[in-house]
Amino acid sequence: MTNPAASPATSHRRYFFEKFGLTERLLERCLGEALSAGGDFADLYFESVTATSLGVDEQIVKSASQGTSAGCGIRVLSGERTGYAYTDNLSPERLLHAARTAALIASGPARQPVQGFVETPAANLYPVPLGGFDLDLAARLELILRADRAARAFDPRVVQVRAGYSEELRRILIAASDGAFASDTQPLCRLNVFVIAKDGEVSTKGSAGGGGRAGLEQFSGSKSPEHLAHEAARGAILQLGAVPAPAGEMEVVLGPGWPGILLHEAVGHGLEADFNRKKTSAFAGLIGQPVASPKVTVVDNGTMAGRRGSLNVDDEGSATQETVLIEGGVLKGYLSDKLSARLMGMPNTGSGRRESYQAIPMPRMTNTYMLAGDDEPEDIVRSVKRGLYAVNFGGGQVDITNGKFVFSASEAYLIEDGKITAPVRDATLIGNGPEALKYVSMVGHDLKLDEGIGTCGKNGQSVPVGVGMPTIKLDKMTVGGTGR
Amino acid sequence: MPEVDQQQALETELEELAADVVAQAMKAGASDAEAVAQEGDEFSVNVRMGEVETLTESGSRALGLRVFLGKRSASTSTSDLTPGGIRQLVEGAMALARITEEDPFTGLPESDEFGALPQDLHLYFEDVYSLPGPERIEWARRAEAAALAADPRITNSNGAGFDAATGRKVLVNSRGFAGSYRTSYAGISVSPLAVDATGQMQRDAWWSSARRMADLDSPESVGQEAARRTVRRLGARRVPTQQVPLVFAPEVARSLIGAIFEAASGDAIWRGASFLAGKLGESIAASGVTIIDDNAMLLPSGVGGFGTSPFDGEGLPSRRTVVVEDGILQSYLLNTYTARKLGMKSTHNASRGLAGTPGIGCGNLYLLPGTLAPEQILGGVPAGLYVTSLMGFGTNIVTGDYSRGATGLWIDNGQLTRAVEEITIAGNLKEMLRNISAIGNDLEFRGSVASPTIRIDGMTIAGA
Repeated sequence: MTNPAASPATSHRRYFFEKFGLTERLLERCLGEALSAGGDFADLYFESVTATSLGVDEQIVKSASQGTSAGCGIRVLSGERTGYAYTDNLSPERLLHAARTAALIASGPARQPVQGFVETPAANLYPVPLGGFDLDLAARLELILRADRAARAFDPRVVQVRAGYSEELRRILIAASDGAFASDTQPLCRLNVFVIAKDGEVSTKGSAGGGGRAGLEQFSGSKSPEHLAHEAARGAILQLGAVPAPAGEMEVVLGPGWPGILLHEAVGHGLEADFNRKKTSAFAGLIGQPVASPKVTVVDNGTMAGRRGSLNVDDEGSATQETVLIEGGVLKGYLSDKLSARLMGMPNTGSGRRESYQAIPMPRMTNTYMLAGDDEPEDIVRSVKRGLYAVNFGGGQVDITNGKFVFSASEAYLIEDGKITAPVRDATLIGNGPEALKYVSMVGHDLKLDEGIGTCGKNGQSVPVGVGMPTIKLDKMTVGGTGR
Repeated sequence: MPEVDQQQALETELEELAADVVAQAMKAGASDAEAVAQEGDEFSVNVRMGEVETLTESGSRALGLRVFLGKRSASTSTSDLTPGGIRQLVEGAMALARITEEDPFTGLPESDEFGALPQDLHLYFEDVYSLPGPERIEWARRAEAAALAADPRITNSNGAGFDAATGRKVLVNSRGFAGSYRTSYAGISVSPLAVDATGQMQRDAWWSSARRMADLDSPESVGQEAARRTVRRLGARRVPTQQVPLVFAPEVARSLIGAIFEAASGDAIWRGASFLAGKLGESIAASGVTIIDDNAMLLPSGVGGFGTSPFDGEGLPSRRTVVVEDGILQSYLLNTYTARKLGMKSTHNASRGLAGTPGIGCGNLYLLPGTLAPEQILGGVPAGLYVTSLMGFGTNIVTGDYSRGATGLWIDNGQLTRAVEEITIAGNLKEMLRNISAIGNDLEFRGSVASPTIRIDGMTIAGA
C-alpha cells in the first residue's frame, strides 16, 4: 500500500478491514483464485450500504425505514468474456468460492495477479465526517415537515401533500489483479415533495425534489424545503388550467437545468462505449463527424463537488474525469470502462459504474451537460412564432440502435408570437439522437444543473446521475399532444 | 471474527429465522411485528455473436422487519443474518418507530383474515437448474444462431441469454401467521440487429419464460420470432400528424391494462390521485371490457402463473378479483391500509418488499379475451397504426393524460404494410377506455399482466 496514512481513503479502507476482517493477503488470495483458470483480469468489489428514509403524509410522520446490505462481486475478464459471482457472506471461504465460480469463464493455465496494490489517487468531492452522516433524525424530519407545511400553505386547492427524505451511505472497496486499489465513502441524499391539487372535478399532480452528495446544509436556496414545496404545488396548480398540448413538428424551447435530460437520452446513452464497441449504437463510427449544430458542446463530468452524479472513483476504482462528448457539434469521444477501453484501444474515461455488488459494471454517465452559449434566454423565446416552451420533465428513454428518444414534459407552455402563453398538459417529445441536436439554433448563457433528482436505468441497473443545460431552441422537434 | 456467526446463520432455516426476529421484536416491546425473509439463487449467461459474453452465478439472503408500537410503525432490512445483525435489525426498527407519529389506519390485518391457499400452486420446479452448465450456454447460442440465420439483413446482435433462478419467501407475524413458498424461473431471450441497404439499423427482441424447463419455447423458435420482429422494423418512416384507429398488439396492450391497475390501486384512490377515484360502480370503459386480477391462477398447463402465490404480502389468502366487468368498475385493488382508509376490505393485493410498508401489487392481471381473431381486427381498419412497441413514461394516472413514443406498422385496407417510427400516440385514458372498439381472442400469459389485441379509436398520432 502506497498511500499516505492520513488520506481519507485510509478510513474507507479501514472500515472494510475492521468490520469484515478483510486483509490484503485475503484480497490477493481471492484474486489468485479468480485467475486460477487463466483470464486477463480480475477484480473484487466490496460494497456496504446503509439507507434511511422518512416520510410525512397527511401531516403525519407515517413512515421510517432503514436498510443495510453488504456483499462482494468478483469479476474475471477473459477476452470479451466476463465471469461474475457475488456473495452477501464475506467469510474467506465464501469469497474464495465466489472467486472460483467467476474463474470458470476462462480455461487455461493459472495467471498470477500483480503483487502489491497501488491506491488510485482520488479527489475528495464529498467530504463526509468520519463514520458517515450523523444520525440526527430530528433534523431530517424537520426538513420534510417544513416542506409539508409550505406546500399546504401555497394554495387552498392543494389537497394532498407527501414529503419524503432518503439518504444512503455507500462504502466501496475495489482491488484488482493489475494492482489497482481504491476505496470510497459515498453519501447521497434527496428530499422529495408530491402534491395533489383539486379544483371541482379536476385533479392534478406536481412534484419536486433535490439532493446530492452533501450534508443537510445543501437544503437551502433552490433546494430549501419551502422552495421545493412551492415548485411541486405550483406545478400541480398550473396543470389545473392546462390546455391540450399541440401535436406535430414545431419549434421547441427548452428551459435551463433538468431539461438537459434531452442530452442524456439523445446522445449520452448512444455514446457509451459498450454499444459502440458492439456497433449496436446509432452513433457507432461517427467520431469526428458532425452530430449537432456548431453551437453545441456537451461534456460528461464526474468530478463536480457534491453533485448527485459525481464520484471520486468509478466502480472499477478508476478516477472520474471530465470527458468532452461533443465539441462545436462534432462527436469527440465515448464514455468507457476498463473492458471497452482495452478492447477498443481507447482511453478509460472512468465511467465504469454498477448498481450494486450484484451487478457487472458498464460504461455509464455521471453529470452530463451542455456548455453555455451567448444568447439571451428572453431573445430565444421571443424568436419563436409558434412553438412549445418546456421547463420541466418526467422521465425519458432511448432506443440506442435506431437513435429514437423520448422525454416527457410535465411543465410546458405554448409560445405564440414570441410570448409564453397557456400551460399545456403532459406531452412526450420525440426525436432522433444523431439528428435532433443539429436543429439547435440558439444556446443561452444561463447554464444550470439540475437539483439532484436523476436516476438512470440501463440493462436493469439504476445509478444516480445529473444533467444540465442552458436555455436552448430547437428549430424542430415532434411534440406528442392531442391539440392542433 | 464474524465468519463463524455467518456460517451458523446460513444453516438456520429461513422460517425459524423470521419467527425468531418476530419474537425478538415482541420481546423488545413491539405491540405487533412482521418479518419477511427471502433467499434466492440465480444463474445467467449471455452469448453475443456466438461467444459467451457474461456468465453470472450467485445467491443471496435477506431479512425485513416491520414493527408496530400501537399506531406507530417502522421497518428495517438487512443482509447481515448474524445474531449481531439481527439484533441491530430489531433495535433499529424499534428506535425508528418511536420517531414516527400515530396513524389511526396502520396495523396488521385482523387475525381471522389470515390464510394461505392449501393446495399446491405448482410454483417451483427443480428442473430449471437441470441443464448442465455447457448446455445452458448452448441454449443461448442456439437462440441467437437461429435469429442470425433467419434473414441476411440480420448482421449483428445485442446477444441472447439463458437465465434460471429459484427463490424462497417467508412471511411470519405476531398474530399467528406463518407462511412460505418457493418459486422457480427459467428464461431465454434474444435481441438481434438488422441493417437495410440504406444503413438504417433496427433492433427488437423476443423471449420465452416459464416456471419449468418443459414450458419454455425452443431456443430456435425464440430466435426466429426475434428475427421476424426485428426485420419488420426495417425501412421505418414517420407518418404525418393525424387521428386514426390504433390497434395495440398484445405486448403493448398489456401496458394499458397495467395503467388501469395503477389507477384502481387503493393508494391512488384514497389520495384522489387517480382518474378512477370515486368511480366505483360507474361505467369507465366500453361494454365488453372485463379486467380480472387473480393471484391464485393456474395456467392451462397446470402450472402457477407468474403472478400466483399462496398468500399476499400481508398473509391474506390469494383470490380472484373482478376489477372491471363489462365496462363497469367493480372493485379497487386494496391492501389492508388502503382498505381501512376507504372503509372497505382488503382485496388481498398487498405487495411486500424487504423494507418499507406494504404496497399494492397485482397477481395475474388480464383483459378477458373477445371473439375476434387479430387479423379480423386489423381487417376492420381502412387506415391506421398497428402499435408494436412504446417508449417513455408519459402516463399520468391522476389526469389520465397519455402520450408515448411509439413504433409499429401502418395498416392500409386492413393489411399491415410499412414500418413506422419516431411518432407519438396521445389521448386521455378516460376516453381511451371508452373507445376500445374491438378485443381479440389472442390472450396469452407471457408475464403476470396480459392482454389480447385491442383496437382504440380517437387517439392522435404526432409525427412529421
